[in-house]
Amino acid sequence: MIYYTIKRLGLALLVALTVSFISFGLLYLSSDPAIAMAGETASDADIEAIRKLYGFDRPILVQYFDWLQRAMGGDLGKSYYFRTDVSSLIGERLPTTMTLGVCAITFAIVLSVPLGVAAAIRPNSLVDRVALFLSVMGQALPSFWFALMLIVFLSVNLRLLPTSGSDTWLHFVMPTVVLGYYAAPAIMRLTRTGMLEVLSTDYIRTARAKGLRPWVVLFKHALRNAIIPVVSLAAVQFGFMLGGSIVVETIFALHGAGFLAWESITRNDLPTVQGLILVFSLFYIVLTFFADLLNAWLDPRIRIN
Amino acid sequence: MASSDSQPNDATSVYGLMKKRVRGHQGMIIGSLIVLSVLLIALLAPLIAPHDPYQQDLLKRLIPPVWDSRGSWEHILGTDHLGRDYLSRLIYGARISLLIGIGAALISGIIGTIMGVMAGYFGGRVDMIVTFMITVRLSMPVVLVALAVVAIVGGSLQVVITVLGLLLWDRFAVVMRSSTLQIRSMDYVAAARAVGCSTSRVLVTEVMPNVVNNLIVIATIEIAHAIILEAALSFLGLGVQPPLPSWGLMVSEGKDMMLFEAWLITIPGVALFLLVLAINLMGDGVRDITAPENRN
Amino acid sequence: MGNRVLSVRNLSVDIPLADGVLHAVDDVNLHVDRGETLCIVGESGCGKSLTSLALMDLLPKKAIRTIGRLDLNEASILDYSERQMSDVRGNRMGMIFQEPMTSLNPAFTIGNQMVETLRRHRDISKSDARDLAKQMLEKVGITAAEQRLTQYPHQLSGGLRQRVMIAMTLLCEPELIIADEPTTALDVTIQAQILLLLRELQHEYDMGLILITHDLGVVARIATRVAVMYAGQIVEQGTVEQIFENPMHPYTRGLMRCIPVPGKTRPGEPLGSIPGMVPSLIGSFTGCRFADRCDLVKEACRKSDVALRDVAGKTQAYRCVIDPQAMTKVA
Repeated sequence: MIYYTIKRLGLALLVALTVSFISFGLLYLSSDPAIAMAGETASDADIEAIRKLYGFDRPILVQYFDWLQRAMGGDLGKSYYFRTDVSSLIGERLPTTMTLGVCAITFAIVLSVPLGVAAAIRPNSLVDRVALFLSVMGQALPSFWFALMLIVFLSVNLRLLPTSGSDTWLHFVMPTVVLGYYAAPAIMRLTRTGMLEVLSTDYIRTARAKGLRPWVVLFKHALRNAIIPVVSLAAVQFGFMLGGSIVVETIFALHGAGFLAWESITRNDLPTVQGLILVFSLFYIVLTFFADLLNAWLDPRIRIN
Repeated sequence: MASSDSQPNDATSVYGLMKKRVRGHQGMIIGSLIVLSVLLIALLAPLIAPHDPYQQDLLKRLIPPVWDSRGSWEHILGTDHLGRDYLSRLIYGARISLLIGIGAALISGIIGTIMGVMAGYFGGRVDMIVTFMITVRLSMPVVLVALAVVAIVGGSLQVVITVLGLLLWDRFAVVMRSSTLQIRSMDYVAAARAVGCSTSRVLVTEVMPNVVNNLIVIATIEIAHAIILEAALSFLGLGVQPPLPSWGLMVSEGKDMMLFEAWLITIPGVALFLLVLAINLMGDGVRDITAPENRN
Repeated sequence: MGNRVLSVRNLSVDIPLADGVLHAVDDVNLHVDRGETLCIVGESGCGKSLTSLALMDLLPKKAIRTIGRLDLNEASILDYSERQMSDVRGNRMGMIFQEPMTSLNPAFTIGNQMVETLRRHRDISKSDARDLAKQMLEKVGITAAEQRLTQYPHQLSGGLRQRVMIAMTLLCEPELIIADEPTTALDVTIQAQILLLLRELQHEYDMGLILITHDLGVVARIATRVAVMYAGQIVEQGTVEQIFENPMHPYTRGLMRCIPVPGKTRPGEPLGSIPGMVPSLIGSFTGCRFADRCDLVKEACRKSDVALRDVAGKTQAYRCVIDPQAMTKVA
């Protein structure tokens, strides 16, 4: 397990490094930060001066390592727009996004795992068909449109929920549903196929031959094994949700990191965008790292070896 | 169980079996019909569309669809905030969605397939590198990266297609890698290598035909994925630019009026939903029909 | 208490398939006495495994069981609810499966899986259950039992896992154990050990044992009585001596010819084999099911179904219409 952890950690670090290079290079290659900083009315001389001042005229690798060094110390540069530290800017906005993400993944799991189990117990039954129908529908529903429809019906027509802002928990209900439903179909399907597979194994037959109660067979013996791949998927989906938060936070005016990303992109605020890409990627890498460890811990065949 | 010995196991019946499965698969039939009709509509847009989708008429702004008491048959789905015929924009919008879906899936399909097949076939270091690239790609937030790039380069149809194509290859690579791995270990591939067929020949004649089913399934998933992403990007104002009639853009333009004229967002949204649903149903159908055994 | 542990009459198993109903088990009658080992022999697909699952009421959902009588210790358990049956399983009837590698849950320790069985059927504390589990592991010849309890299945070899399965099945001291090819997946030397163990434990606990196998060598070593199954039917049954010394059914005789005899079978000499294929059991079938593969087949064999008939003055019975005199000549 220790060897596995170290190996996995090495991979995570390597991925993080590559991602940081790509996110740096991507924006470095595709725009001139000096022009962005100087503003549209600046003269060529001004731009040149800024280029020198900030070191934008050095080779890309030098600039990258410079940026990386500072990034590792928590300094992601200054926002062009807000004129404040990018890291503190992101730090301010991240809790809202995290709250939203945790709510959304919880919503998705609570919705999809029981449904997947129920569908697997009776394949082709009514429950199974309804679950399949919902998952096919859910996968085709564009989240931005779903969000607008919810606003129209729940907030405006029925006046049940507030449309935008992040003041009370009620403000999080619709964003949670919109962000969470999209992950639910995949988790539901994986739970279902996992359960179906496990339920046909020899050890489930053994459990029944021992006279164990059906719910013990189902929830102890079957679900414990079927849930292992679901853990990984849920982690991955949680990571994707942060990306998805851009759309959701923008629509519901939830001032989290996703909203910040959209703002910064439209304002050409390069350091902030760069910082956000890095933070989102790092979060995904950390998340999948722990998910893999959890997975190994859940599966004794990996844990004890 | 006893049944396996006594079942007819006849190679010629595979085609018949597939035909039977297609007929039994309602989702696949419905999905294919919808996709086909959207495809036809997109191809024949200039013939079908009742109006010019770009023709503004500020005197005829925001006319509701025909089922509303204020609507008329002249504009069956009404007009938008600039007085453009909504049905015509919807019809031309199908072109954009399909173009982006197919274009992006084509680019990502080529990238992902080459990477996946190489990784699965050569294994070893190639496999390690490809797997690493997939991991890196997965850890980058798609929407954020796409938005940033489009914002910098400027939104146009070509840019959106290219950006999505360069971002969505991961699933192709993952699936192609594992199916190639599976096929490489089979006897006939080993036999082809043993008689001295070149690597590229083995890949093209032995491996590719056997992974084509999976390729189709992934392609449908990614076409649907790209269509949804384009709509989201355009909705956020950082995808296809006005006046192009992208469905995502139509929702975005209707958003300000949605509390009064809900149909403005309902119509393009439903179109988007139906198209994506139909493509997914088709993909599920292909997967079920070509599955080695009938799964529950 | 009577001597008869299990008695089953008119057991059939039907499986509806796309192209008709598969009659996998057809009108089987069996009984097992205390301390007795009944071997059910047949090639794969003959319905012997389904028969054993049917006795435990553990058939796959789509299989339909019809049964005339099912007595455990001379009391009917036929109309037991699923709840009552689950009280019987693992408690009064235990089952050991073919694949020790996959029959234990990989996610739980040996101790967990054994304790859970005991506590399901007995009202005892966890630590008492653990002690009993440990004793039982020692009884089946597992050393360092205390440590084994904390291990996971994947840490044990196939032979050890099968011993664990046996120990787990014995925990509640059942009256009957059904073992479905318990040694098929194991190495030959371990096969012998496991069989010996089963026989010893059976004597010690005075249980009935139903052993399903396709290996006549196993039968010769362990059986008290033998039932030979072919295509879902019992084609011959009797004591182990009767079956081996005087097989009556052409199929049983064919099986006997397949056993190499040390000293008699010369190297290079082909072993006997029975040419032909088992008929499809889908749909209705008339006549002897072995007819297509039988050397002695007559017109009468295909005309009507063949009933079991007793060998005069013996407990042996077989399902064939051919005159025994005629058979011996050919064989």
